[in-house]
Amino acid sequence: MGKGRSGDFGFRLSTGAFASLLLLIVGAIAFVLIEDAWLSIQKFGLSFWRTQVWDPVSGDFGALPFIWGTLYSSVLALMIATPIAIGIAVFISELSPAWLRQPLVFLTELLAAIPSIVYGLWGIFVLVPAVRWAESGLPSIIRQLPFFSGPPLGLGMLSAALVLAIMVIPFTSSIAREVLKSVPAAQREGAYALGATRFEAIRAALFYARTGIIGGVMLGFGRALGETMAVTMVIGNNPRISLSLFAPQYTMAAVIANEFTEAADELYLSALVEIGLVLFIITLFVNSLSRLLIWSMARTSGAAPSDAQPEAEPVAA
Amino acid sequence: MVSFSSKLAAATTVAALFVAGLAAQTQINGAGATFPYPIYSKWFAEYNKLHSNVQINYQSIGSGGGIRQITNQTVFFGATDGPMTPDQMQSAPGKILHFPTVLGAVVPIYNLPGVTADLHFSGQVLADIFLGKITKWNDAAIGKLNPGVNIPGTDITVAHRADGSGTTYIWVDFLSKTSAEFKAKVGVNTSVNWPTGVGGRGNEGVAGLVKQTPGSLGYVELIYALQNKINSGTVQNMAGENAKATVESVTAAAAEAAKQMPPDFRVSITNAPGKGVYPVSSFTWLLLYENPKDKAQSKVMVEFLKWALTDGQKYCAELGYAPLPEEVVKLEMAAIAKVKIS
Amino acid sequence: MTTSAARRKLLSSLFVAFCGSAVLIALLPLALILFFVISQGIFALNLEFFTRMPQPVGEPGGGMANAIVGTLILVGLAALMSVPIGVVSGIYMSEYSGTRMASALRFAADTLNGVPSIVIGVFAYGVAVLPFKQFSALAGGFALGVMMIPIVARTTEELLLLVPGSLREGALALGATRARAVFSVVLPAALPGIVTGVVLALARIAGETAPLLFTAFNNRFFTTRLTQPISSLTVQVFTYAISPYEDWHRQAWAGALVLVLIVLLCSLAARFATRRLERMHARA
Repeated sequence: MGKGRSGDFGFRLSTGAFASLLLLIVGAIAFVLIEDAWLSIQKFGLSFWRTQVWDPVSGDFGALPFIWGTLYSSVLALMIATPIAIGIAVFISELSPAWLRQPLVFLTELLAAIPSIVYGLWGIFVLVPAVRWAESGLPSIIRQLPFFSGPPLGLGMLSAALVLAIMVIPFTSSIAREVLKSVPAAQREGAYALGATRFEAIRAALFYARTGIIGGVMLGFGRALGETMAVTMVIGNNPRISLSLFAPQYTMAAVIANEFTEAADELYLSALVEIGLVLFIITLFVNSLSRLLIWSMARTSGAAPSDAQPEAEPVAA
Repeated sequence: MVSFSSKLAAATTVAALFVAGLAAQTQINGAGATFPYPIYSKWFAEYNKLHSNVQINYQSIGSGGGIRQITNQTVFFGATDGPMTPDQMQSAPGKILHFPTVLGAVVPIYNLPGVTADLHFSGQVLADIFLGKITKWNDAAIGKLNPGVNIPGTDITVAHRADGSGTTYIWVDFLSKTSAEFKAKVGVNTSVNWPTGVGGRGNEGVAGLVKQTPGSLGYVELIYALQNKINSGTVQNMAGENAKATVESVTAAAAEAAKQMPPDFRVSITNAPGKGVYPVSSFTWLLLYENPKDKAQSKVMVEFLKWALTDGQKYCAELGYAPLPEEVVKLEMAAIAKVKIS
Repeated sequence: MTTSAARRKLLSSLFVAFCGSAVLIALLPLALILFFVISQGIFALNLEFFTRMPQPVGEPGGGMANAIVGTLILVGLAALMSVPIGVVSGIYMSEYSGTRMASALRFAADTLNGVPSIVIGVFAYGVAVLPFKQFSALAGGFALGVMMIPIVARTTEELLLLVPGSLREGALALGATRARAVFSVVLPAALPGIVTGVVLALARIAGETAPLLFTAFNNRFFTTRLTQPISSLTVQVFTYAISPYEDWHRQAWAGALVLVLIVLLCSLAARFATRRLERMHARA
């Protein structure tokens, strides 16, 4: 009995010690980022977050164009992806014939599983020329608007937003599907008993599940914020702040990927690491918020949407 | 279909490669400029054929990257077409020597549907385009240099480097010499604050951008324009001629400098005076530590460099580079002796 | 039917139509991507692609043999690092589920899962490249391993929790220690699922590019030495894709096809295995 107890304690200690490597790694990431960004943090302070200039020649660095590009592309992607993702989730969980369900789930998961470099490759050779063709076909009246100004390159914010939207759809839809599953049947049955149409019953279920669905949307947002390869291949890589969908712009992840191995002096490298730190903090915040929302949804409805986790968790590349 | 014997051959190849990967090879890692990448990759492949135990792995990540990585000592040698600044040389842990390897040219490339002739440019016009002051192809300034050519009114999309690049250095060095405004607003460095345009990664990236984007104008090392059959234009030299980048015109650009080569070989030959000169020419340099830690690798690298400066030069012409002038090679062979190999 | 009822019915039909078209809209890019990857890549997918090294710049021919082997090596290194740490973390999180440590582990795993892979690359550069002044396969494997740990940990935890309590209690009732119960009874029961999860994680990690850009770097030659830079399928596809050479573009599509096939096969295998597991559990 005594031996069993101490053996159990030894088990807990050794597994705990080994498992704490995980905690160590997360802490180490934060530490290394801060340490390597320190030079830039000291020099620029808070103005780093609101300066537009990115000038390696004069040593003047500001992250605003990249923050703008990241947020703008991700928000656009969300606007495109969210209705589609919810539509898919509703279709699979409420409207689809039973035999179609698994194949559809498999196909949406396949969207998530495709490596982002493949998205980027497809983006350069298929999407960008298509977007360029669509952009140049727009009537000149629309071209006057700030959203559509500038030469139709194909490379730019619109292509980036489209690629990101496609990549984000499976994450949001998977969470939304799980969350809809956890809405108590009584809720739906009650609605139908009162003579609701399909749409009205589903709308009620969506309203019930709204916290979880918002959590799913935030998860997709976090995914879009950190995406590197597909974006850098189609966005045009120009650190300018512009409302125009046609304009080539730049994101935080893309500038790190392009300029990291070449930052020829300490301050330049430190500025890039600081951008990485900013990205780390923003995605940390968004993902934590998302998990909080999904978890509180699970609590209210008494079910755990945990099956969604392994495939749906964002791994932004 | 694939026969059994060829499958067996393939399997044995893979097995042999695996074993070869384990055998005692000297692998030397280098990184840097995309400007000389075509000829460097040819050299390293040919040298590997002559000395099968020497694998020189070169990654073309841009001159800025070459300088950075050799300063960090994460690679054994660097390559750059923008010579290191005194500050950069100060921050390196040891003395770094520059060795010119070939001469090359940076050409303006463009994608203008309907225009197949060589367009003529001047430094001033190119500077204004890259400053964003000239935005349409049928601008008067371009028309003046190209009388009789029917140029459409397409918007100009400027394509430049998104990464730290010696090709950029050569380009902006030339533009700064021909336009005071460009010098003041943009300046000379491997990575600059571009007033306008789209960014591509490496010479390959810019070439790819221009090839795929109608109305675009970029700058690349000559071979990238030739290998990809992209239109390149002429640039006006100091003598007022519309100079085309050829082995002869690039060699002419180096003629003056060759006679007065500084001992550290860091010299700019853009906008060189004289007739028949291509004004956007440059040396490209290999960067080596004078006293590297790994003497065995150093010995191999020095042997390679001697080969490249002599036998290797014969590969230049077919790839659009100009071989080094005799005087420069002589001076370099003497300077190589400074690199410690034991 | 009153007009308001008719309007509601119309709205409902429109909604259903919208959901159906959402599915089609989402599947369209999937179909396009698969179509282009297959049609562009299949012709370049010959024996030469799998057995030859890259040719010098601009010369046609050559293959991605070194890149394919490189990806296998990197993925293997990542698994070697992440499976022990991930599985043990998963064991702790499931065995001591209510404790603060378990919650901390869960939070850490979810946080790590959400870190953008480029940031992991920056971290791995600072930790595994700079101190050794060397780009290496080990550094690349480290970066990929860090990304894999949370996936393996969460998968292990969930599958261990799925094992019926009766198994664990039965083992403990027979006098087994905690360790014994877990390693001899509970873990083996969950093993098929854990293996499936690991295989899926490997497939995903094999498709990563950003963390390798400044850790494993790239290598034109074939190498199996772990302390040297190493080529990988993803970085090679990236290098070729942004180049202007037609031949390289074709090889990039072929590389993309290989990547998609790996992912497809692993997903199908995982689906198949999960289906079998569910049937097994339903019977138990």
